[in-house]
This record gives sequence, C-alpha cells and structure tokens, in this order.
Amino acid sequence: MLRFIANRLLSLVVTVFGISILVFLMIHLTPGDPAEMMLGERASKQALEELRERLGLNKPLYVQYGLFLSRLLRGDLGRALRTNEKITTEIAERFPATVELSIMAMIFAVTIGMTAGIVSATRQYSIFDYTSMFFSLVGVSMPIFWLGLILIIIFSLKLGWLPLSGRISYTVHLETITNFYIIDAILTRNWQALKDVLWHLILPSFTLSTIPMAIIARITRSSMLEVLRQDYIRTAMAKGLTPRIIHYKHALRNALIPIITVIGLQFGILLGGAILTETIFAWPGIGLWLLNAVYARDFNAVQGGTMLIATTFVTINMIVDILYAWINPKIRVS
Amino acid sequence: MFKKLLCFTFCFCLVIGGIAMGAAEKPRYGGTLVFGRGGDSVGLDPAFETDGNSFMVCDNIYDQLVTYAEESTEIIPDLATKWEISPDGLTYTFHLRKGVKFHDGTDFNADAVVFSLGRQMKEKRVKFYRHKWEFPKDQPPPEYWLSMEMDKIIDSIEAVDDYTVVFHLRRPEAPFLADLGMDFASIVSPTAVLKYGPDFKSHPVGTGPFKFVKWVKDDKIILEANKDYWDGRPYLDRVIFRVIPDNSVRFLELKAGNIHICQFPNPEDIELAKKDPNLKLVSQPGMNIGYISFNHTKPLWQDKRIRKAIMYAINRKAIVDNIYYGLGTVAKNTIPPIMWGYNDCIIDYPYDPEMAKKLLKEAKFFEKLKEAGQTKITLWSMPVPRPYNPNGMKVGEAVQADLKKVGIDVELVTFEWGTYLKKQREQDPSMDLFQLGWTGDNGDPDNFLAILLDGYADPNVRTQWKNIEYHEIITRAKQISDKEERAKLYKRAQEIIHEEVPLINVAHSLVIWPMRKNVMNYKLHPTGSVFLDKVWLAK
Repeated sequence: MLRFIANRLLSLVVTVFGISILVFLMIHLTPGDPAEMMLGERASKQALEELRERLGLNKPLYVQYGLFLSRLLRGDLGRALRTNEKITTEIAERFPATVELSIMAMIFAVTIGMTAGIVSATRQYSIFDYTSMFFSLVGVSMPIFWLGLILIIIFSLKLGWLPLSGRISYTVHLETITNFYIIDAILTRNWQALKDVLWHLILPSFTLSTIPMAIIARITRSSMLEVLRQDYIRTAMAKGLTPRIIHYKHALRNALIPIITVIGLQFGILLGGAILTETIFAWPGIGLWLLNAVYARDFNAVQGGTMLIATTFVTINMIVDILYAWINPKIRVS
Repeated sequence: MFKKLLCFTFCFCLVIGGIAMGAAEKPRYGGTLVFGRGGDSVGLDPAFETDGNSFMVCDNIYDQLVTYAEESTEIIPDLATKWEISPDGLTYTFHLRKGVKFHDGTDFNADAVVFSLGRQMKEKRVKFYRHKWEFPKDQPPPEYWLSMEMDKIIDSIEAVDDYTVVFHLRRPEAPFLADLGMDFASIVSPTAVLKYGPDFKSHPVGTGPFKFVKWVKDDKIILEANKDYWDGRPYLDRVIFRVIPDNSVRFLELKAGNIHICQFPNPEDIELAKKDPNLKLVSQPGMNIGYISFNHTKPLWQDKRIRKAIMYAINRKAIVDNIYYGLGTVAKNTIPPIMWGYNDCIIDYPYDPEMAKKLLKEAKFFEKLKEAGQTKITLWSMPVPRPYNPNGMKVGEAVQADLKKVGIDVELVTFEWGTYLKKQREQDPSMDLFQLGWTGDNGDPDNFLAILLDGYADPNVRTQWKNIEYHEIITRAKQISDKEERAKLYKRAQEIIHEEVPLINVAHSLVIWPMRKNVMNYKLHPTGSVFLDKVWLAK
C-alpha cells in the first residue's frame, strides 16, 4: 500500500509540473499584448513600456517560465496585478466561501442522487425509475444560469421563502474567525446568524448540486444494476435474506467503488469554483474571483489561480485513487 | 408671445411644484442605504486605484482640495476654501479649511496635503511645514498621477504654514485645478498611511462624510456616517456597497427591496422599472464619446469632402436607437453637452445619403480608391463593449450597410482587444476607418479635445489628426486660466472639428440607474462619482 501511495505521489509531481507548463503557455501564447489590454484606451507608449518592464514581459519566454517555476517551487504564486495583493492571500480569503458551498452541494448531490439511483436500480423499469432517470438527464443538460434565475424567481421573489443572493443578510451581524460562516456562527453561538447562513446556502448549493446529483444518480443506478446481476447476490437471495439486507449490505458496498470515484471527481470540480453559480448568487468565492481576474486581464492571478485549482483537483483525484485502492485490494496489486 | 407665456407658466408650475414637494419631503436622518453594483473595489487608497468601483467608495471617505459642483464639472471649494493663481499661471496658492479632522482623530493641515500628493511624485520635491514624514517605499505606480502627466506639470509642493499650500508648476496648465478634484488627488491621513503601509488600501482614513467600517472581499463594503463632518453630518447612518455581479439578479434584488440603487441594469430591465410603482429612474448623459475616425496617415482621407461624405452617409440616430437601445444621444460635438465650453450653436450634419454621393463624386473618391489599389475600405470595430459603445461589431455592421447605400464596400475588421489597441496606435496601413471612444477624467474640455485630436502635441493621440490652427487654439487654451476665455477657444475648436470632420462623433451614452422610490436627492454625477452625503431615505 505504501508503495502504491509513493507511486501516486510521484505521478502527482509530474502532473503538476505538466500543468505548470500548460498554464504558463496558455497565458503567454494567447494573442494580444497583456500590457495594452490592461491599460486600455488611455495608455501612453511610456506607460506601456514601464508596465512591460515591471511584468517582465520584455524577457524571453523561457526566462519568464523559469522565473515562474522558481517562484512556484518556493510556494509563491506571485501577486495579483490588479490589487497588488498576494495571490495566496486573495485565494485564502475566498476559499472558505467556495468550500462551504461545495460541501453543501455535495450533501444534496450525494443524498438525493444516491437515493434516487438505488431506488431506480432496485425497481428497474418502474415509474420511479423512468422519472428519476428523466430528471437526471434534465439535471445534466440544464443551463445553470437559467435554473438559478428560475429558482430565485420562484423561491425568493414569488414565494419569499429564501434569500435572493449573498452569503448573509446585511442586517445580521456575524463575527468572522475562520471565514467559514457556519463554523463561525457555531463558535460564537450566534444561532440567528447560523439560521441566516444556512438559509442563504440552500438555493445556490441546490443549483450547484444538480449536475453532480444527476451524474451520481446515473452511476449509482448502473453500478447497482451490475452488482445485482452477480452470482453472489443470487446466492444471497437463495439463502432467503431480506431484500433490504441484500441491497444495502451486499450490493451497495460493492457498487460503491465507481460511485466514490465520481463523487471525488465532482467534488474536485466544485472546489475549483463554480463560476456561474457564484456569479448568479453573488457568492464571494474562488469562481467569482477567477472570473474577475479574467475580466481585468490580470494574467498573474489567472495563472496562479488556475495553477492552484488544478493542483487541488489532481490532489483530490489522488486521494480518491488511494481510497479506491483501500476499498478494493485488487487495484493495489495491479 | 404665446410661446413665452406658455414657457413662463410652465416654469412657474415647476417652481411651485418644487416648493410644494420640498415642503412635503423634509430630509430625514437615519437608515442604511444599500448600493448594488456589479463588481468589488480593487483597493481604497485613491492614489493607486484606476477603477470606478474603487473610486465610488473613495468618493465618500475622502475629500480633495477642490471638488465638482452637483451635476456639473464646475470646480468649487472643498478642503481648500479659496485659492489664488499667479498671473504667469505657474503658482497656485491654496488656503485650507480649519478645524477639519481625519477619521482617526488626527488634524488635517497643509502637511497632510503635501504628504498625500507628494507621495505620488517621482522626484519628491516637497517641503513640509511642521512634520518630517518619510514617504513609504515600494509603492505601486500611481497610475492616474502618471496618466495625467502630473510629474510634467508639478515642479514642487510646499506647506507655507499650517493652512497654506503652494504648488509650483513647470508649465502653465489651466486644467490643473480640475485635476485636483479627481480621486487620485484625495487627501489621506498621513498617520494612517504610515501605520498601515501597503494595507492602507484596506484601512482607508480620510476626512470625508463617511468612515470606513468593514470590507468583506467580493461581497460588501460598509461605511458609517462621520458625525463630525465639516459640511454637516450626512443624512444616512450607514452605507453598504454590495457586489451582485449578475445584472438580472441585481435588478431582482432591487425589486425585492433588498438594495436601494441598482447600478448598470440590463436595458430590458429599464422598461420593467418604469412600470414598477416602487421604483424610479435617474439618468444623465455620460461624460464620454464614441466615435469613428479616419486613418489620417493615408492620402485617401486627406480630402475633407470625403470625410464629410462619410459623415452624411451614416445614420447615427438609427445606431443610437437600435444598438444603444436608446441609452445614448447622438453626438454633434466631441465633448458631451454636460461639459462647460460645449458649443451648442453647431448644427449637426443630417443623415443625407444623396449629399454623400454628391460629395464623393466631387472629390473623385472612387478614382482615388482605385489609385490606392483598393476596391473596398476597412472599418475596424471593437471586439468588446465599452462604456461609450455597447457593441462595436453591431455598430460596424450598421455603418457597413449605410456606406453600401452610397456605393462604398466596407470590410469589417476586428482583433482581440489588446491587439486592436496596439495596431490602431501604429496606424496600421490596412486600416481606413476605426471605432474607438473616450471617457472623461476631470470634466475639463482639454481632457477630450487635446487627448483625442491634437496630433501635433503628442504621438499618443489616437486619431493622429494634425491641424495647425487647432493645435494653436488647444495649446493657448491650456495656458490661460480665465475660464471664459478658455470656453471661447474650445467653442472655436469645436467649430474646426465640425468643419474639418477629423472624426465622426457617434454618441454619448446615457447612464440610467433604477432606484427605490424612497431614495431622495440622489444625483448622478457626470464624472461617474457617487456622492452620498446629501442623500436620504424617506419612510
């Protein structure tokens, strides 16, 4: 097992190195002069020259990459050009919002998605099966932007049940310690704030959960169906075990392996910041930050942000791989 | 006579109505105003910011030596109560307001002025009166100070006593006073700048009507009333600037009553706002110009009859109605009508394709085109929406269709934005016509007329149009400080533009913000500044 983990770690390092080249080239080989783009109509030649000098854009590409890599190795992602703030600080300020949103979305996705998948598999070709699979198809293909707006109009504007956007009402005071608002509210025993924060989480996290929910439902269904066809299930049935024990003790455990992989991957994607959901719901997370960096042509921030998000993604992938191996010994050997 | 009577009656009604309304609506103290906007501030140290979202918060935390009057770009006293300008225009002496304190309790005085502006100078030629402050090192470049060329204008700044500051200039510069009203010239608390260092931008301390309370990045900035403000405490207790990036959601938040003002709504939502009994619309022509200009380095565009023909051939009203969604006005001058020095006597060119054909024939345009080895002309169009032009490509298509009607084939050309600006600056030989625009900085006509059209003065001028009479007028207007005289010169300059058609003024965009009906006395400012100290909330 240790050898497996070491192998995985090594391949992680190689992947991250590859990512660094890709991210760097992606920014530097796209057409257009970053200095011109940043200064816009009002730029004078002198100001342009000064900016190019300051950003090191006058140096050859490989020198620029070398500098980028050497900073990266020291854990320094550089400073955002727009705010002159350290990129790690900027991300750290916004990461809790994204994590909170992603976890909540995953809770929705896993509970609803898995339940729907299991029920569909055990009652294959029933009305429930058809309906839930229809909705999971809709879930994957529905534009988030549209869904978010529809949910806002129904639940916030018409019914008035849930808040429209934001993380907390401006009338509610919350002392921030960790920037995870749920944790902060619990730490300061501010139950009014906790309720407000949870209320604000429902719509955006549900919107964000639709795609992973649909994927998880479909994967659970097909994985369960496959397991249910196995011989040992037939044996279990022949032994006279109740369907409940067969489904949840024998089938689900074995069906879990691909489901966990999918959950891990989906969670990784969500942590990269949900640009659309965060934009619609005015959620001050990583996705919104990255989008603003793109708008402002802040290529340092885009570069650093993408690098960090990609690294998070492959790390989560690795953790899933290790978990997978732990659940399924066959993998370790191969 | 009847007309006069009608006009008189109308004015009378307005005045009476105004008085009646004023009597009914007495300003009320208290309440929190939530301002909904599309993006967060970048920083709150006005010397180093460049974006509107940062400045709109700074506008309420800081004061400058001078400021702009309500709804105009006229300069009025702020932290300076009066000033004198030497006859040669090289020395400006400001007398400062006494008894003003910064939000951190320290005194505002001449040394604070020297510090606030001196820290942006490349060579710090300054003299303090009492303090011996060291300027912070490793500052980011002061972008606005540089782009307004302040190092070329100011020679030195000197505090003569606690309440007198003298600026010595390198050259006479009439727009200098207007420059000092801009956000970058805000007066900051030196004690706070030295205490917080680079973090001052997240801990701003000024003398303005509101104090900074808290900033949650990408979410909200909270300000509270400065009860000791020298101009009387503001009506509002608190102001919250909330970031709601999506235009539709921001408008829904306004409808739901969670925010009071919605910045930059979708054009479609403006119609909805008109129908909503809880909302009202406040509008103002923006201080900008969207234009189409010629490649003046090419012989083809030297004949002014040809330039005029293009002007006659383009249906600018249709462009404003259909592409700006009516959120703009056709521009007859390069400077917007809200600016002093605007020449209202100019009669705009009508849309007249027949006239265009006639002029093209007279000037032998098609023969010249052939000589240049071209069968068609190019029109460069912007790939991105700008404040002065919502959709460069659509405007390009409209112009293409208009010119086709007078027999000119147009090829639309576009590049990614950075490349576009770069190639345009180089006056690429393949470029015939190009679209661009400008948003004003300080409300001075020089800021439009010199920057856009005086090709003799600066190789950075985008149009590279060179006209010696125009150049002399603009140079002279920059050097004299008498505003009446300057206004006359700028009016003459606009006549030359009208006659020579170095560019086609297309439109000034219109700024329209919906807000809740109970937001009282909110006035949009032509510079884009957001002043909230005189705003109050009705019950």
